[in-house]
This record gives sequence, C-alpha cells and structure tokens, in this order.
Amino acid sequence: MMEFWIIGTGALVAIACGILGCFLVLRRMSLIGDAISHSVLPGIVIAFMISGSRDSLGMLLGASVLGLITVFLIQLFQQSGVQSDASIGVVFTALFAVGVVLISLNARQVDLDLDCVLFGEIAYVHWNTISVLGIDFIPKSVWILGITVLFILVIIGLFYKQFKICAFDPAMALACGIPVALFHYVLMGLVSMTTVASFESVGAILVVGMLIVPASTAYLLTERLSVMILYSVLIGIACSVFGYMIAAWLDASIAGMMVTVAGAIFAIALVFSPRHGLLMRLRRRRKWAEVAG
Amino acid sequence: MNHSNLQAPLSVSGLTVAYQKKPVLRNVSFEVPEGKLIGIVGPNGAGKSTMIKAILGLLPRVSGEVEIYGKRYQDMRKSVGYVPQRESVDWDFPTNALDVVMMGRYGHLGWFKRPGTKERDMAMDCLAKVGMKEFAHRQISQLSGGQQQRVFLARALAQHADLYFMDEPFVGVDAMTERAIITLLNELKAQGKTVLVVHHDLATVREYFDWVMLLNVELVAYGPTEDVFTKSLLHQTYGGRLAVFDQEDGAVLVESR
Repeated sequence: MMEFWIIGTGALVAIACGILGCFLVLRRMSLIGDAISHSVLPGIVIAFMISGSRDSLGMLLGASVLGLITVFLIQLFQQSGVQSDASIGVVFTALFAVGVVLISLNARQVDLDLDCVLFGEIAYVHWNTISVLGIDFIPKSVWILGITVLFILVIIGLFYKQFKICAFDPAMALACGIPVALFHYVLMGLVSMTTVASFESVGAILVVGMLIVPASTAYLLTERLSVMILYSVLIGIACSVFGYMIAAWLDASIAGMMVTVAGAIFAIALVFSPRHGLLMRLRRRRKWAEVAG
Repeated sequence: MNHSNLQAPLSVSGLTVAYQKKPVLRNVSFEVPEGKLIGIVGPNGAGKSTMIKAILGLLPRVSGEVEIYGKRYQDMRKSVGYVPQRESVDWDFPTNALDVVMMGRYGHLGWFKRPGTKERDMAMDCLAKVGMKEFAHRQISQLSGGQQQRVFLARALAQHADLYFMDEPFVGVDAMTERAIITLLNELKAQGKTVLVVHHDLATVREYFDWVMLLNVELVAYGPTEDVFTKSLLHQTYGGRLAVFDQEDGAVLVESR
C-alpha cells in the first residue's frame, strides 16, 4: 500500500505539472515557473505559522497568492526598465531568502524543516492521512494534489482555446477581445497552486523539474498541442513509477530519482526525436551531402 | 456587413503614442473611406506598426479617440481583422495550418464554445482562397515564409471582418504569394471591405493602393494615391533618406538607409 501511495502522489504531481508545463515551455516562461516555485516559500511558512499545520486548503490558496505577487513584481520591474532575466532573479531569490529566514526564526515553534521544503519527503506521505467524509486511509497530500489536478483539468478544459491562442499569438488574442492578462494570471495562479501542493512531496526545487522536463520532452515528440500535453503527462507518470522503482532498488532519494529519470528520458528524446532529433539531423545532413556530392 | 453608410469604417483623432516619454506617434487624425485599399508608408521608426497596435488597443495611447463605424472598438471587435507581422509569433508552435486559421473564429465563439465542424469548414474555405488547401494539415514550421504569410491571411479572412489591418504582409514573401495577397486584397475591396496595409516597397504603392498615408511620427499626407504619392511629399516624409530616379513614366523610388 505504501508503494501505491508514493507512486500515486508522484503521478498526481506529474499530471498537474505535465499539463501546466506545456504552456510554460511554449510561452518561453520556464524560468517564471522556477521563480514561482521558490518564491511561494515565505507564503508557505507564513500560512504554516498562522494555521500551525500543513493541512488546510486555505494555506494552499494563501501561499498561491504569493506566486501571483511574484509574477506581478517581475512584470513591474521589467516595465520600469530592469532586464527581464535580472528581474526574475531579483524577485525570486529575495522572496525565497525571506522564506529561509522565516523558517530559521521559527525553527523551534514550527515543525517545518528546510530540507523537507527543498527536497520533499515523498517517502512519508502514507503516514500522514486525514479523514475526509469518513474515508480515513487516503494520505493528505493525495487529497490536496487530487483537488489541484481536478481544478487544473476543469480550468484548462473549459478555456483550452483561450490558453492555446494566448500561447501562440497573444497580440491577435488581445485584438479578438480575449483577456490575455487574465489568462496569464490564471495560468500563473495554477502554477503557484501546483507548486504549493507539490512542495511537501517532491520539494520546491524538484517540482521545477517536473514542470519543465516532461513538457520539453513532449515538445520534441509531437506537432500537436493536445498530443504534447498527453505525452507530457504520460512521461511524467512514467518518471514517477520508474523513479520510485529505481530509488527503492538503490535506496536513493525518490523525488531526486524521479527527476533524474525525467532527465534521462529527455536525453533519449533529444537523440531520437523524429523532427528535432540529433540522429535525424545527422541523417538529413548526410543525405544532403550525398545529393550535393 | 450592413453598417450605416454615414459612418466611416475607421476614424482616428488626435492619436498620440509614446514609449517612455518619447512620442513615437504625434497627434495623428484621419478618417478612412469604405471599400478602399490604403497603404501606410513611411521610413523605419515612423510609427506605422505602432499606429495599428494603438488603434487595436494593443499598446496604451497617451491621447486620442478611435471609432470603428462610429462606435468604440471594444464593441466592434468582430468587425475588425488583424494580420500581425509574421515574425511576431513562434512558428515552431506545435500546431498545423488549419488550426491556426481556426483561431480566426475564436473571437466569435465567445467564452465557452469550442471550435467544431462549422469552424473547420470555414477555415478550409479560407485556406482554399489563399491557395493553401493542400497544406491544411502541414505543421506550420514546415511551411515557407510566403506560405506562413498566406496562413495568416487565411486566419484574418476567417474573422469575417469588414475592416482589416495588415502589418507588412509583403515582407519576405515569394512572388507567387505577393500575387496571391494582392488578388485577395482586391477581392476584399470588391466585397466593400476596407483594408489598411503597412507597406515597405515604394515601387509597388501606385499599383496596389487606392489611397496612401505618408507617416513619419506625424501624419505627413493622406489621400488618394495620385494626389499624395508625389516626389515632394515623399521627400518630406523620408527626409534625405530617399533617392528618386526619374524614368520615362514617373519616378522609381529607392529608400536608402
């Protein structure tokens, strides 16, 4: 049962991250995902200090607000003339540092340690169950991640065409009357929510890997957005299954192994991808050389 | 389609746009007559694209009023079609030509409706009109520059608009695409539609456009091509950056940088 819940938690993280990651990668906003995942830390700590526990959905939403503030600040700095990569760097490191300070100040009162926040403790998810509607054997993180995934599926499902056109051609979308800024912040809100929901199991750093790596791999393998999202989710789930199995065999970090597997799959895709692949490019070049020769 | 004939398709008054306090467009006012092809001409940095974007609300304006058929743009979006510069989007985006053209219908679908068979058929028709039907399922990165431009035009056609803005549709396209675009522009005109085109190639202005707008931060001249597209007004627009060579039948113009 323990294995089931660990892999299940990983799979839910993979689904949430896999869907959102595609839009981040296509909008060239991978770094924003990275920034959000770090700067929600003070939000998590403050929410934890107020509620004294990690259980509430309120905390999930409260900490997510900090993700939106991050995005807002980054844009504000960019508009006032700061280089875009510099403004991302400034905002997320500063907010992350505040989080680190808050944790160290409250280390005695608060049961929240930095290692757990950074790297997650997916191995222990099955110990932390809560009773909802009389069902008491489902881990808390599965509940929270499940709700997050459901929320993402509903929002992206309802507004798929808007998210798609905003990713491809925001100017045209705006001219058509689609509120591009609103959908931008909805997407950022969903990324924040996912990061907060995942931090306990895979940690603030590795969640970036789950956001970006499977989506980038899927990008290499298809030429349709819907298929890219499907592949991204499937690759993410595969990472959580094989990552767990290899980690259990080697007795290594589970979350770390999940993202390591993701990296390995990416490398394989990069070599063998039908269109972008290194192998294909080499073969094509040979063909041209033959034609030319 | 049945707009009252009393109202001009587009009327702009006192339009000023600035990037960080430096005005890139100063106090531009004009009115566009219905059913004309209008070329917007001016040197680099004259604010041609900026003007279109400000009219469409894509850039904040410092001052100025824009009316589309006598109403606010917000209420008239469905009557307006926009063809952005080709380089403004990522052509490696995972999608095919048909899908891009269907995006032209998104504005009409409202918040929740999904594109279906009807939108698909419409998009196919529009692709056929630009001679791209056989490329409908081709991934967009595998199209040539000219073909990509034609996909953008087909998407604008799918918007079923009455007033079109096109930002440099002739840049970097092959001769066949250029002909396809100009045929299409004339077809739109025959249907009583109005098209504003940002244009770079001075040699073809006389042949392509009924009206011309000469722009260099301020509006230099605006009116029917034969009245406005003259040597002296062009000199005024381009300053010293224009070489004019007289030939037997009129002037050949070369923009020098």
